[in-house]
Amino acid sequence: MYFVNRLIFAIPLLLLISALAFALVHLAPGGPFDRERSPASPEIERNIRAKYHLDEPVWKQYLRYLGDLAHGDFGVSLKYRNQTVNDIIAQGLPVSLTLGGLAFCFAMAVGLPVGFITAARRGRWEDLAGSFFAILLVCIPAFVVAPVLILIFSIKLQWLPVALWETPCHMILPPIALGLFFAGKIARIFREGMLGAAQSEFVTAARAKGLAEHTLLLRHAVRIGILPVVSYAGPMLADLLTGSFVIESIFQIPGIGVFLVNSSLNRDYTVVVGLSLLYAMLLIGMNLMVDFAYTMLDPRVKYE
Amino acid sequence: MSEINRHISPAQHAWRRFKKNRSAIFSAWFLIFLLAAIIAWPVVLKISGTHFAQLHDPDEVSDAQFSPPDAQHWFGTDLHGRDVFSRVLFGAQISLLVGVVGTLVSLIIGVLWGAIAGYAGGRVDSILMRIVDILYSLPTIIFVIVLIATLGEIIKQSHFVQGSPALEKSLRVTLLFVGLGAVSWLTMARIVRGQVLSLRTRAFVEASRALGAKPHWILLRHIIPNIFGIVITYLALTMPAIILYESFLSFLGLGVQPPMASWGTLISDGVSNINPIRIYWWLIIFPGGILVSTLLALNFLGDGLRDAWDVKSK
Amino acid sequence: MAISERAPEFFSRARFVFCIAICLLISGCAPHEPRADITIVNNGEPETLDPALLTGIPEMRIVIGLFEGLARLDPKTAQPIPGLAQSWEISPDGKIYTFHLRTNLVWSTGGPITADDVVYSWIRTLNPATASDYAGQLYYVKNAEDFNAGKIKDPSLVGVRALDKFTVRIELNGPTLFFIDICAMPLADIVPRQTIEKFGDRWLMARPLPVSGPYELAYWKLNDKVRLKKNPRYWDATNTQSGVIDILPMGSPSTSFDLYEQGAVDIIWDREVVPAELLDVLMKRPDFHPFDYLATYWVSINVTRKPFDDPRVRKALALAVDRERIVKKITRGGERPISHLVPDGTANYTSPDGLDYNPVLARKILAEAGYPGGKGFPRFEYIFNGSSGGGVKIHEDIAVELQQMWRDTLGIQMDLRAVEWKVWLSSTAHLDYDIGRGDWIGDYDDANTFLALFQGNDGNNRTGWKNSKYDSLINEGNAQTDLKKREELFQQAESMLVRDELPIIPLYIYAGADCYHTNISGIYKNILDDHPLNYIRRVNSK
Repeated sequence: MYFVNRLIFAIPLLLLISALAFALVHLAPGGPFDRERSPASPEIERNIRAKYHLDEPVWKQYLRYLGDLAHGDFGVSLKYRNQTVNDIIAQGLPVSLTLGGLAFCFAMAVGLPVGFITAARRGRWEDLAGSFFAILLVCIPAFVVAPVLILIFSIKLQWLPVALWETPCHMILPPIALGLFFAGKIARIFREGMLGAAQSEFVTAARAKGLAEHTLLLRHAVRIGILPVVSYAGPMLADLLTGSFVIESIFQIPGIGVFLVNSSLNRDYTVVVGLSLLYAMLLIGMNLMVDFAYTMLDPRVKYE
Repeated sequence: MSEINRHISPAQHAWRRFKKNRSAIFSAWFLIFLLAAIIAWPVVLKISGTHFAQLHDPDEVSDAQFSPPDAQHWFGTDLHGRDVFSRVLFGAQISLLVGVVGTLVSLIIGVLWGAIAGYAGGRVDSILMRIVDILYSLPTIIFVIVLIATLGEIIKQSHFVQGSPALEKSLRVTLLFVGLGAVSWLTMARIVRGQVLSLRTRAFVEASRALGAKPHWILLRHIIPNIFGIVITYLALTMPAIILYESFLSFLGLGVQPPMASWGTLISDGVSNINPIRIYWWLIIFPGGILVSTLLALNFLGDGLRDAWDVKSK
Repeated sequence: MAISERAPEFFSRARFVFCIAICLLISGCAPHEPRADITIVNNGEPETLDPALLTGIPEMRIVIGLFEGLARLDPKTAQPIPGLAQSWEISPDGKIYTFHLRTNLVWSTGGPITADDVVYSWIRTLNPATASDYAGQLYYVKNAEDFNAGKIKDPSLVGVRALDKFTVRIELNGPTLFFIDICAMPLADIVPRQTIEKFGDRWLMARPLPVSGPYELAYWKLNDKVRLKKNPRYWDATNTQSGVIDILPMGSPSTSFDLYEQGAVDIIWDREVVPAELLDVLMKRPDFHPFDYLATYWVSINVTRKPFDDPRVRKALALAVDRERIVKKITRGGERPISHLVPDGTANYTSPDGLDYNPVLARKILAEAGYPGGKGFPRFEYIFNGSSGGGVKIHEDIAVELQQMWRDTLGIQMDLRAVEWKVWLSSTAHLDYDIGRGDWIGDYDDANTFLALFQGNDGNNRTGWKNSKYDSLINEGNAQTDLKKREELFQQAESMLVRDELPIIPLYIYAGADCYHTNISGIYKNILDDHPLNYIRRVNSK
């Protein structure tokens, strides 16, 4: 019941977000049809604005937008006038999903073991090295990591392609570049969680029962320790899935991350609102999944 | 025996534990050293001879383009022949200022928001947290772009800036800081709210209320001092995030204005020089190295503070 | 409870994650198509492929492969040659053009291309409902301007008429020497009426898309690539060299160049996507082909703002600019510094000289204007559009140098302001700035494409400068049929612009560059940087 409630509540939330995004992007100076070459006559400019209803008051445009939305029509891109927002999402989202999904797997595959080891071997050299490595990953900006990786693996060693997104070979470097930061974060969060779990009542009870340390950690502490990671994984996944602007521009990957930023810079109203809605939906969905996972993992958690 | 009798406040406890954490102490010293260098360098330039000062003026364009590090230019020069060492130090001013101001802004908004929500409870809490949820669901970049563009225009049009370009420039930079803080307070608000919620039911607060103390008095006197610890640690962890975000904005072309430099702009410039043919390594290694070192130090410091303050960890 | 008791083993979870990764990898790769014959880097994603609506160069480069007009440009000289029309006659007074279409023209999907299609396409471009930004180029046609402005509603009054199935008659307002060049522009391309009437705005999404040019649209994936395949029904199909061409939208010069070096890409034909930092090295390579481009870069001055309303101040600024230094140190692509507006090499025209670098004179004139040594000169702002995500930084770099030059020579203080592209457009269009950067890429090979910009009523004049004498000189020049007389009038006008009035300070002529591997042929240097796709081929196939 709780989850159904959350889903129902999501709808007014999404509406509010669309209104907010709509208002924000109309607020910014400059419009979608400001160009370097000014139109031939004022009549033309008037015509363009009338065609896309930009001459109406903002609230009216918003209502019109909502009307279209009810039909599943996100509108036409104001910059790429032959493409609809649905086209853009349909083409770009699968790519971003793949990129984000792979980055997620990489981040988990690297972050969880590192976090685990640094927690299990706390205070010893594995902890120091692992922690340093994890924090280091969090401190390097993505737009530095990516070119450096390209330099090493694509240019100097020539093992992998430089850019684009065509064969499985192309899908190795970008998710790594994207996932490194999150791997570091996950390692840190998991370490925190594990250290906290090692002190919790569950584990103390299990230890009192006489369980071996090894089983203790793996079976019981992990279930509690993983909770903060799960909690973080929700928004992290939403961020990853909407693509990363930096990675997509450097590797020239046709995802929607580039659109998210460029549409704001281009004042492409329809794309901005459409993608904001998409992001919000993903985030809400991920958060719901996180809460669900919580109930699976931690028996203390109950939702009314 | 005397140990047990002595009163040690939680703060002193924390400080003792902190001192034992070597990496945190090392980081603290590094940051102090960096700060000293940043403050001292403009003074050095001022009091040194004109030749030295001109050579190391971060804005002085010269013909010595792209020269690698040498005795004259310790970090080399860039496209315009400007001294990279000087630019890194002056850029540090901006980047650290961004971090500090942005963090302070997010601190003030976040703590107030979270404390009020947590303490008031009920409907007020509900509304305030719903707003946080909504803002969380909006992609930050849209908000930042619009904020910078719109407020930039407003600054330009406003009367009290007319005729004073220096004021306008500093206002614009401040706007950047505030903008960054304005998008980072959400997590802080959530954390503070959580803490306040649990504190609210504690005995000493109940007692205070029973004695007739007003809500804002209780907030100020009891609640806020008790969340001090957790706030400090999150401060030390938010600051690197804000500095990183500023460098991302510089990559997008939305950061500080040229010819002012921040680490973000220096690094984006440097990164554009990575290519298969010829790499001017000093344009990346030095600004990048300093940025990463500073962020590492801040992170270790934050972790140290958290370990020191958290009673539960051994 | 049962689920939580079977708490997942650590390594089994890692295995699980690994399996997901493999699945994603497999699912993520689309069926891999064979590589195209030629892969080209284009500067950005095309906003539209509608010939009537396009305004930018990336769009144009693709559209010239898809659609053709009455004339097209010769790949070597960029002069107009017969396209869909095989010949034409011009009346003695220069006002009536009669075009004879080829008789064997068909759309790529079948169906003849006739004179009615030509008339339809031209009227469509001029129709205010189409909202074509470039329609102004057709205003030389009788009644075109009024029709486009909505003053005339009846399209049959516009001077474009089909005399019979293969003959088109176009009537102009006055003799226009470069009219055939305009006929070769994309806005005059012939577009499929049936498809447009059926699908409206979405006509470009129709598959198969009927085209009149040498290539068909195989597919158009946003931000990924546009794939073109040879149109066997094109009238000159036997001379189309390559079967499949891929055009990639790239924003980042580093990535483009890396791909090029790796051999994944054959051609980079826009200098903006070549890393500026490497130009001095690239210039020496055989696969790098610089050429003079019909485009000028200048500093734009808002003459409606004090103290820039005084021409002496503007002159002083111009005299204090060391163009050689900018070109040698910053742009480094072999640009030619100029002090006049119209690029050298423009057909039928030699520009007069402007004001060269003369710091002594600059100081003297500034003092005359009332600011000796720069004292009392207000602080002002230079506005330019900043780079985004690893893009072009040249405006900022030039600005930094200018700032230094004006400070050292004239003692005046300038601040820099980088703004977003949209904000730059808006500020300069509304004359809401002090000084900024400006440029123009010529639409056709004639001086008019530059000089007309600074007429008082031209929407692209972002300086606020108006001068009726200048306007009348330009109009008079355009009314001439005598090339020599025309050149003289234009020279007078340009001299006024770059010697006396200086609403702009010209800096240099763009140097274009085409980067292509030595086994590619069919790309020729021409001043318009126009490269018809059907001539490009790989010399020794892989």
